[in-house]
This record gives sequence, structure tokens and C-alpha cells, in this order.
Amino acid sequence: MLDLEKIRKDFPILNQEVNGFPLIYLDNAATSQKPQVVIDALNEYYIGYNSNVHRGAHTLADKATGKFEDTRTAVKEFINASSTEEVILTKGTTEAINLVANTYGRQNIKEGDEVIISTMEHHSNIVPWQMICEEKGAKVKVMPINDNGEIIFEEFQKLISPKTKLISVVHVSNVLGTINDVEKIIEEAHRHNIPVLIDGAQSSPHFNVDVQKMDCDFYVFSSHKVYGPTGMGVLYGKKAILEEMPPFLGGGEMIKEVTFEKTTFNDLPFKFEAGTPNIGDTIALKTALDYVNEIGKDNIARHEEELLEYCTAAFQDIKRLKIIGTAKKKVSVISFLIDGIHPFDLGMMLDAKGIAIRTGHHCAQPLMNRFGIDGTARASFAVYNTKEEIDQMVESIHKIVARF
Amino acid sequence: MTIDEVQQEIIDEFALLGDDRESTIFYIMELGEKLPELEEKHKTEENIIKGCQSKVWLITELKNDKIIFNADSNTAITKGLISLLIRIYSGRGPKEIMNSDLYFMEKIGMRNVIGSQRSNGLTAMIKQIKMYALAYQAKIGS
Repeated sequence: MLDLEKIRKDFPILNQEVNGFPLIYLDNAATSQKPQVVIDALNEYYIGYNSNVHRGAHTLADKATGKFEDTRTAVKEFINASSTEEVILTKGTTEAINLVANTYGRQNIKEGDEVIISTMEHHSNIVPWQMICEEKGAKVKVMPINDNGEIIFEEFQKLISPKTKLISVVHVSNVLGTINDVEKIIEEAHRHNIPVLIDGAQSSPHFNVDVQKMDCDFYVFSSHKVYGPTGMGVLYGKKAILEEMPPFLGGGEMIKEVTFEKTTFNDLPFKFEAGTPNIGDTIALKTALDYVNEIGKDNIARHEEELLEYCTAAFQDIKRLKIIGTAKKKVSVISFLIDGIHPFDLGMMLDAKGIAIRTGHHCAQPLMNRFGIDGTARASFAVYNTKEEIDQMVESIHKIVARF
Repeated sequence: MTIDEVQQEIIDEFALLGDDRESTIFYIMELGEKLPELEEKHKTEENIIKGCQSKVWLITELKNDKIIFNADSNTAITKGLISLLIRIYSGRGPKEIMNSDLYFMEKIGMRNVIGSQRSNGLTAMIKQIKMYALAYQAKIGS
């Protein structure tokens, strides 16, 4: 059991009123709130040892470098990578996918080739592939999904061909909450020697991720969804693949030797980290991961599962409410529509009660088209959410439905 | 009534609601409910003013040198907001519309009620209305 009262106290932002009501924050799939320890870590860095990493000859630079690299180690352990060389620090999930598209993609995708994604991708796992495919005269192929919001595996198998150069698929849908059976997808892809990128933006906050067990070739996620700062993310890649890949951005840090005639590049992971990195946020990410580990990923998963079940059951009693995304395996993300009430109106009315949800297409317009809708309302839960908060939301929705 | 008199009327009505954000939102939605629905044939791409999450269709006609506005939206709040603009502008001459200065949103504190994205949407609607006024003015001559 989680000590929810203590956990809620760890997040200072939760202790406030919005529009005259206690804040109920149910937009965690967009970004999670930050515990005090993470805010403190940021503060301590700027107050105590702000300096550039990896090249200073002084004490502060040494401390910053040590702390910065500690995060890399913490990330390695968080996803069970086999070495820190496999952990590239980026601006976020979006940059990590763009990095792979612009390096691995540019190197390996040729005219007539294909990249396979799924119908439930976030725009950040669609557009980078469209861009590189357009440049190369290649094609993006899309795994179809069923009405519950699950990938149809047999249809995916049919898409694989000798032209397939990469498969990039979301681990957990930010709209539907579906947990995709990525192990099965990866196994199938590897039978054809096709590498797989897993977009872990929505899986990393919710349950244990083991990239070695999963056997994915790339895994990407963002700090800000796992209780860490914004502007910071991770690209995991298998060492052998990363070594073959050309650099992404050129500049400082990523070089071994530069002359005007020729530059040789630095070793992993620095080859992909040009320029001064986001030092403070990177350091604070370790604090966030430590915080998550302390509570325990399995405990978080169990608590969120309970919230999901509780909310799903309560939603069954709301007239005209339909849940979008009814996969067998889901995380604590619920998209829904109420007949006769536009999601945006619903979002505004809940906001007036201090309840924060998300409305709109959630950066997944092709998925909206698949369901023939413009958008949804979405409630998403994190470790600090409670059943009482769900009760409040459900009661407010009941009243709104009765009114319209 | 002049445009400014209508604006004052709206400001007074909203003042009665006080600071209660929920009542204000419900009031805006009720205003929208009173606006007659547009026939489906008018809900075309051509008549659309695109906002971030909601669609607004605006149609106009000229009657005795006055512009008649009709509008609809797929969201209730936006429909309420456009009903306020119709109340202010519909049935007036192009010049009067072009020369008008709308300050009622600021007086009401509309940005706090509907958020900055919607506020920008409302500004876009006003711009579109003034564009129509300009076009009609050119058509009927001075």
C-alpha cells in the first residue's frame, strides 16, 4: 500500500485552489507534477555548483560533471540498459525520435523502402518518419488497430517485407491507454532482421521497463512525464547500432579532434550530444528516478491500475458517456466522449471546478480519424491521484450531463 | 442602441454574475443556446473560422445596406461567445462596424473566464466580421 497522504505532501503544487476549488490534477499523460526533492535538486544545482560539464579544470565543473553522469547511470538502471554508452541524453522524446530518423534513418532508408508505424502514434512518431521518407522517396506503412484500440498483429505481419527498414511503435498510447504487446512485435521484426524503436513516453511513468528483456533496438522517453523536469529526455540504443550511426548535430562535445580539413567524432554516448547539455534538468532527473524507485514502480503500477478500474467502473454509470479505448491491457489513461457535450465545453466546465483534464486530438489526429472523431476528453492518473478525486470528477460530470 | 450601449448592457449583465467562473461559463452557454442553429448547408469549409479546438461558421447577408450575421459552432461556449458578437454587430452598417472598438471582453475579464486561447479566437472572430464589413463597404460604395 502507498502512503498517499505522504506522497501528496511531496508535491507542493497539489496543495492549492484553482477557481475556488482544491486542484484535482488529472492531466498526467501531458506532464506529471514534480516532487519537492526534484525542485530542490534544480535549486541546489543553480545555487551551489552551476558550471559546464566535461571540460572544466575546477571543482564546480567536476561536481557538475559527476552529477550529470550520475543521471546517465540512473537512467541505465531505470531501463536496464547494458551500459551507459547506450544512454543518450536528449531534449525529450521528440528529439530522440528525430535523432534516430536523421541518423539511422538517413543512413539506411533508401528509395522504395518502408518504415512501419501504428495507427495510434503521437505526431512525434509520425512526422519525423514522413520527413525522412519524403526525402528518400520511401513510404510510411501503418499497422491497423481494432475498435478496442489494439494493434491487429496479423495485419502488422502482412506489412513486413524486404523493403521494411525500421519499425517504430508506441509502447503505450497517450490517447487510448493501450499497452501494446511490443515484445511480440519486436520478436517478429527481428525474425526479419528489422530494428524496432519503442516510443516509451507513456510507458516509462507507469511500469517497469527492461530494454534488454524487451530486446528493442531503440527506446525513447521524456523526463517530464516521470516526475522530472521538462526539456530533457533519453534515447536508448543498442551499442552496436549506435556505433554505426553517423552523428546528429555537429559542434562541441561530440568531437575527438577538429581540423579545418577533417573532424573525428567522439565515442558513445558523447557523439550524439553536441553542445552544452541541459545540465540542471538532467541532474534533477536522477532525483526524480530515485523518487520513483523509492516508492517502487510495481507499487505505482498497482495503485494506478486500481484508479483505472475505479474510474472505468464509475464511468459506466454516466449516461451518454462512451470510453474511447477499451483494450484488455491499459495504463491509467481514459479517453471519453459524452454524447451532446463537446469535449472542450466539458473541459472548461470541469476546470471551473478546479478539475484539470485534457481535451482535443492529443497530437494523434490519424487516430482520431480512425475512430471518426475530432477529439476526446482525457483523464490520466499518476501516483498522487486518489479515488476521492475521481469521485469529485465523476460527480461533476453527472451534474453537467444532467444539465445538458 | 449604439454599439457602445449594447456593450454596456453586456458588461452589466456579466457584472450580475460576480466572480463565479462556473456561473459565467453556464451563462455564456445559455446565450449560445438561444442563437438559432445554422442550416447544415451553411456549415461549409468556406464559412468556417478555424479555432484551435472548435469550429465556427459565420454567414452574412446585406439587407438595406445593413449586414446581417448568423453563426454557429460545434462547441457551446464558443457559440455563446459568437452570440455576443452577433448581438453587437448584426443589423448595422459596414462603416459603423469598421469604426467600432470592442472593449466589453476586457471589462468583463473574459480572458480569465475563457482562457487566453479562446480569447484569441474571439479576437479572430471580430477581425473576420470587420473584414466582411470592409468588403461590403467596397461593394455598396461610400
